[in-house]
Amino acid sequence: MSLLRVEDLHVEVDAKPILAGIDLEVRAGEVHAVMGPNGSGKSTLANVLAGRPGYDVTRGCVTVDGEDVTGLEPEERSLRGLFLAFQYPIEIPGVSNMEFLKAAVDAHALGRGEDPPSAVEFVKRARAAASRLALNPDFLKRGVNDGFSGGEKKRNEILQMLILEPRLAVLDETDSGLDIDALGVVADGINAFRDVGNAVILVTHYQRLLNYVVPDHVHVLANGRIVRSGDASLALELEERGYGWLDA
Amino acid sequence: MSEQSNELADLVGAEHAATGREYTAGFVTEIETDTLPPGLDENVVRAISGKKEEPAWMTEWRLDAFGRWQRMRTPRWAHVQFPDIDFQAISYFSAPKGDAPKSLDEVDPELLRTYEKLGIPLHERARLAGVETAAEDAPQVAVDAVFDSVSVATTFKERLAEAGVVFCSMSEAIREHPELVRKYLGSVVPKPDNFYAALNSAVFSDGSFVYVPKNTRCPMELSTYFRINAENTGQFERTLIIADEGAYVSYLEGCTAPMRDDNQLHAAVVELVALADAEIKYSTVQNWYPGDEQGNGGIYNFVTKRGACLGERSKISWTQVETGSAITWKYPSVVLRGADSVGEFYSVALTRNFQQADTGTKMTHIGPRTKSTIVSKGISAGRSQNSYRGRVRMNPGAKGARNYTQCDSLLIGDACGAHTFPYIESKLPSAVVEHEATTSKVSDEQLFLCQQRGIEPERAVAMIVNGFCRDVFRTLPMEFAVEAAKLLEVSLEGAVG
Repeated sequence: MSLLRVEDLHVEVDAKPILAGIDLEVRAGEVHAVMGPNGSGKSTLANVLAGRPGYDVTRGCVTVDGEDVTGLEPEERSLRGLFLAFQYPIEIPGVSNMEFLKAAVDAHALGRGEDPPSAVEFVKRARAAASRLALNPDFLKRGVNDGFSGGEKKRNEILQMLILEPRLAVLDETDSGLDIDALGVVADGINAFRDVGNAVILVTHYQRLLNYVVPDHVHVLANGRIVRSGDASLALELEERGYGWLDA
Repeated sequence: MSEQSNELADLVGAEHAATGREYTAGFVTEIETDTLPPGLDENVVRAISGKKEEPAWMTEWRLDAFGRWQRMRTPRWAHVQFPDIDFQAISYFSAPKGDAPKSLDEVDPELLRTYEKLGIPLHERARLAGVETAAEDAPQVAVDAVFDSVSVATTFKERLAEAGVVFCSMSEAIREHPELVRKYLGSVVPKPDNFYAALNSAVFSDGSFVYVPKNTRCPMELSTYFRINAENTGQFERTLIIADEGAYVSYLEGCTAPMRDDNQLHAAVVELVALADAEIKYSTVQNWYPGDEQGNGGIYNFVTKRGACLGERSKISWTQVETGSAITWKYPSVVLRGADSVGEFYSVALTRNFQQADTGTKMTHIGPRTKSTIVSKGISAGRSQNSYRGRVRMNPGAKGARNYTQCDSLLIGDACGAHTFPYIESKLPSAVVEHEATTSKVSDEQLFLCQQRGIEPERAVAMIVNGFCRDVFRTLPMEFAVEAAKLLEVSLEGAVG
């Protein structure tokens, strides 16, 4: 059974159509890349999967593990294993990264009917994940994204993914704004996360990240539709010939 | 390792914040009372004094205050609105029937149950509610329980007496320690200080009295728990705390009231006196009934709190967490008279529904090199109005004095208001006065981030508000910090959306 199934998805923002009939199927163990020029609807697709308010689904549906999640609240989708790494992570001053992560982990544990991990156990887990991403342990004590550099914010998104262990991670331009070293660290994090039991959707402009995280499928979005799907070689072709080539 | 324990402490606080619902203190205790009929004149003042078997000087003191009050008018400058109070419709004294209990064993079991229900145990082996899990080695707390107009029990009196510390009801202090009461009562907040202080001076019923002798560190936290129970009754308590030279005391105050449709008046006066090298830390968690969602009922909390740093190097620190009351009008202040004395004010004020708060502080620098710090965190939700009002005054003698003020407002929703009224009066150019202010809003993006990680919106708001208040919570004793975080979460129920 597919982990994620998107069927005939139509989405409007402020009554303006953005997605005009998306069909997409993602199975466990797969990595999909969604590419496309600016304004093609990539970020809208990422956000609407997560249930962000302000995106109106006018037709079609999204199912996770066979369950229709189209009408669910964002936190309900999260508990079903849907994770979004934000393109522009927001700051929450005063709330420490540690406290924020613990609240999230606790909510997920309770959602599964389990006891939340003890504080000691949790701190251990969080520190291990931080060191995997080459983040100083102090990072966990700072306010959520508060005063973080662009690269730190993106690494923080990956940190949250590693700790929450979602079924499906949608990474919205996680590679943008990263220098080459940070890109490597983030890619290592994603590869460490990849598993036969989960799936990743990489939303990206560029081929760059795909050199490190090799996708099983590549989709090209234009004007709110998937205009082309293929394997990893499609991304290389796009890199060489540009998006204009698809219009021909 | 200490780093890790800090993180753990934060997490424990955060976990504790996740429990509790609505206004759980809103119940009524059925108990026979001895209540004066509504109305106020000289005879009522004499009757209160008579019930408490006060000496003539005290009765005269009250009558003098009453005379002054009659010539005063209700203050109108605060940023709050409410209909005129009919002072003749209020009863000025209500006490559980019977003679005052001489020991804990004699306290009416119904009253003990009331405090038990509120999480304030009046037996001496227990600790404040919730403390067991937060810190195994938490210090014990001595409690003075004030029910309507009288103190019904004071715990740990003997153990405190061994250290020379006097902790008793004000009524008892007037009888047992008249020299201290005569010397200091009204010395910090004079009778005609303001309308409500004058009223309190005339009709005050009970409250706590603390005296910590020279070079003594009070061996445990002291606390008073105020409970308004009777209908149509005002509570006018009076608290006086004196820390003699080199003494230290930490004092906590909590308050609740039943849910009633009418507004009830609470007009207290608290006076603190710190002599040379003495330190007083005064913490309040104020949870008076705030009224319902339509703005009906709730307590009018019109309180005068002031401390005098009389001696050199003395220190007075106020911390308040204000979540209750329909209207709060309160400015815990410090008069910095002694050279190098220090005044602090840390405040969290949360308003929601139709609550109104006009609160802040006054720091009056008189002595040289005096220092004051003000940290105020205002949180507004619903249709509430939340104002910070503060005055920093540098008198000509305050050479080298410094003040730092930080005043932050957080808005939840767009129907509420946050206001800041800072007054700076400096008579000498060498004094340093710094003021910083910010206003922020709990944004939809922040909420969405939390939701995307599985955290429900109400829990998310509580977490964000807690983070916003951290600087103030840090100054509270551990058990109160947990209590305060919990209270904020409860008060924020339904504030989202």
